Amino acid sequence: MSTIETTDLPDDVTALIDVVQYEERGEFPVERGYVWTTCASVENGNPLFWDDDTAAALTDGPITPPTMLSVWFRPHHWAPGRTKVALPLQVHFDLKERLELPEAVMTDNTITFYDPVRPGDVITSSQILRSISPVKTTKVGTGRFWVIDVEYRNQDGALVGVETYTGYGYRKAGA
Amino acid sequence: MTRAADLTLDRVQTGDVVPELAHDVTATTIVLGALASRDTRPMHHDHDFAVNRNGIRDIFMNTPNQAAWFERYLTDWTGPKGRLGRMKFRMRESVFPGDTMVLRGTVERVEVDATGCGWAEVEVALTVDDVVCTTCTARIAVPTGPDDNPWRRRGDDWRP
Repeated sequence: MSTIETTDLPDDVTALIDVVQYEERGEFPVERGYVWTTCASVENGNPLFWDDDTAAALTDGPITPPTMLSVWFRPHHWAPGRTKVALPLQVHFDLKERLELPEAVMTDNTITFYDPVRPGDVITSSQILRSISPVKTTKVGTGRFWVIDVEYRNQDGALVGVETYTGYGYRKAGA
Repeated sequence: MTRAADLTLDRVQTGDVVPELAHDVTATTIVLGALASRDTRPMHHDHDFAVNRNGIRDIFMNTPNQAAWFERYLTDWTGPKGRLGRMKFRMRESVFPGDTMVLRGTVERVEVDATGCGWAEVEVALTVDDVVCTTCTARIAVPTGPDDNPWRRRGDDWRP
């Protein structure tokens, strides 16, 4: 097959690169109950999360485990009046649809941690398409790789973390 | 629990092995981990769905809970002053009830950045029966001395 360069992308898709999309506010303030449940689930005895004196000395008060970043954005399983739940990584699903690539996998996930998240914080996330590759053929099919950042900020606008996902949207060979 | 008291960077060298962590995974491990991460997708709690709908062996551990295991493993080693900067995951195989998962890490790099922050890069593998299920490349800040505290760093002084 011939290789199609990124410049052959539809203009409306190219225009989305580096644009902030789907800014979304967490449904509830960050709270310690989930911190303790998470620590219990992995038997994490780090005193930063269990002992207020240690937290006061090291981090100016309680913080949450950095790897809990995505926890604060999982929607409630049910909420009154809800008719539709936004999918996490909506940009990924948008690209699948727009580029007519019915299958997709995530090949890579990197989380970068910035300011600590604290109980009471209200976190806002936004999704940013960073790049889309030329058409590539792999063992599962033919499609494109794309990189999406999800940025997380607290109520003061401070960056608390970035999740970077590499996805591969493709059409199965012969499909 | 036993914990290394505040590891400092002078005690870390490339090639060091982080003490192994083994854990017998049960259905409770999987379900509690999913609950803690607010993940209600059925493949993490519904055996019938996992087997008869997804066609896999059993319910399996979700990604956020695996991340929490990696974090616990690394900070057991560093002590509470260890501050995660970055984690890169590659998922290969699932972790099921009945598995004994083992986390093993090796220090791949040690550095002090331009701001004076000490870093260790650790390559961690989560294995079951010596099959690699997930790998995690972690960059974690480690105090350069007893008076250093990476958690104090903000803005340009924090370069994860």
